[in-house]
Amino acid sequence: MSDADLAPGTAALGEVAAGASEGAASGHRWLGRTLREAAVGYLFVLPAMAVFAVFVFYPLLRTFWLGLFRVAPYPTIPSKFVGLSQYRSVLTSHDFFASLGDTVEFVLLTVPIGIVLGLALAAMADARIRGIRFFRTIYSSTVATSVAVVSVIFFTLLNPTVGLFSYWLGIEGGNGILQSNTWALPAVATVTVWQNIGFTFILMSAALQAIPEELLEAARIDGAGGRSRFWRVTLPLLSPTVFFAAVVGIIASFEAFGQIDLLTQGGPDNHTNVLVYYLYTSFQNNDFGKASVLAAALFVILLAVTLVQFRFLERRVFYG
Amino acid sequence: MARHWGRAGRYALLTVTAVVVGFPIYITVVNSLLTPQQIAHRPPTLFPLHPQWGAFGQAFTSGHLGLYLRNSAVVTVAITVAALVTSVLAAYAFTFVAFPFRRALFFVCLATLMVPMEATLIPNRQTIGAFGWYNTFPALIVPFMASGVGVFLLRQAFMQLPRELHDAATLDGYGHLRFLLRVVVPLNRPIIAAFGVYAFLTSWNQYLWPLIATDSNNVRTVQIGLRQLESLSIDQINVIFAGTLLAAMPIFVLLLAFQKQLVRGLTAGAVKG
Repeated sequence: MSDADLAPGTAALGEVAAGASEGAASGHRWLGRTLREAAVGYLFVLPAMAVFAVFVFYPLLRTFWLGLFRVAPYPTIPSKFVGLSQYRSVLTSHDFFASLGDTVEFVLLTVPIGIVLGLALAAMADARIRGIRFFRTIYSSTVATSVAVVSVIFFTLLNPTVGLFSYWLGIEGGNGILQSNTWALPAVATVTVWQNIGFTFILMSAALQAIPEELLEAARIDGAGGRSRFWRVTLPLLSPTVFFAAVVGIIASFEAFGQIDLLTQGGPDNHTNVLVYYLYTSFQNNDFGKASVLAAALFVILLAVTLVQFRFLERRVFYG
Repeated sequence: MARHWGRAGRYALLTVTAVVVGFPIYITVVNSLLTPQQIAHRPPTLFPLHPQWGAFGQAFTSGHLGLYLRNSAVVTVAITVAALVTSVLAAYAFTFVAFPFRRALFFVCLATLMVPMEATLIPNRQTIGAFGWYNTFPALIVPFMASGVGVFLLRQAFMQLPRELHDAATLDGYGHLRFLLRVVVPLNRPIIAAFGVYAFLTSWNQYLWPLIATDSNNVRTVQIGLRQLESLSIDQINVIFAGTLLAAMPIFVLLLAFQKQLVRGLTAGAVKG
């Protein structure tokens, strides 16, 4: 926050001094004005703050609180306070580690590939040649789709009996790829990468266009070839954007739900049971205590990811 | 010579990747215009010589797409308008109004960006139950009427305005509301539009919360409608494809109409300058 930002406040403080020396009457006027100003401020931030209080901060705290209660197997019996023991049992369970493993695998299958592909497309389309607008439109088109739209399309194309992709993969009539223990998660990851290509492409293209032409020109005059210009000039200048895409991508992949719900329902045999889907099924089974522990864990993990990334990665990123 | 090869090679690469990236949407369009028998036919039809439009009608009748689209429109427009109003007001106060704890409250707004929606899911479901909002539009709208992203983005933009503008307006006797509506909003129309497009896109595409907060078709949004559509039998497979196109259509139109704002909204904060 800059000093200029505080200017209105500072001006008001200046008036305090003036008001004090000029006597009580103008002091009252000043006080009235300051109070009115503060009232306007609170009034303006109130709507947003009220929503945040009721639907962000209160429920966040309550999630941690609910994790302390074990829900009885019958809805008529009240839940029981069990302290941290439920956190311990859920977070050390085999199911949790399996789910965390699926989630991490999913992140690794989506984020690096997504960034590399988005960057490659953006680099390819970053040329003033005929028809480039057409290509750019196609590359960004997936941004207009939603997780549900994309998942339903791929679910149908991967249908084991009539799906076009099943036919091309030579498995039509057999077991579908989404029913395979080995391939279900990579398939869901591929669908996710495809859906995110538009966003990553737009992001990387904007960053490429923001690179000053003179820098590349100077490198060219210094005798740098196309490849070396990309690695030595373009990529370092893109690093803040790559960093941003990595953070956003990791968080989004940790939060993946819609594609799992529509493509595999966590199956086959829990092989795509990522954290949020695990949370969702616990919730659907009315196990609010367990679901809350999982939600709390997700929050802590994402917070840690954000903080660690900012701490370590940002230092190595070039900010021109 | 390397240059010529380079240009031809670039076009070849561009074409191949465009086919790969564009294919799923292309084949969706094709299949929505075929009969289920034609879709199941092998070798597959990759171009609809005799397009059949019936699947779109069936998406409305057996897929209830009309109802779902209406519900999505109600929810999305309400969220977008509300988020714009609350964000503009808060961002304005954080920039131009002096009040105690202003800085602290701004950081509270920023902190909401660190809270994933999934972490608040269960208590929020209980809250809307307690309010009697289960299966109602308020359940889908009210929790999203404020946006940390919006407050942050708009404050960044408002801070770029020259301070003299505010001083001059104050001397002219402008109150806060008049300065906000006559000066700040008109001068920041591009970023406000960018955030509006962003808010529209994200709320139209929401999935988990609408799934949890409703179970009646009367209020369910089109994304959840797709979940019902997915379970149609394969002799209505063309209807599934037509339905996904209809669900994506509003955002496609938005993308075409507001390409610049969308790019700006999506990339805000990521790219310097």
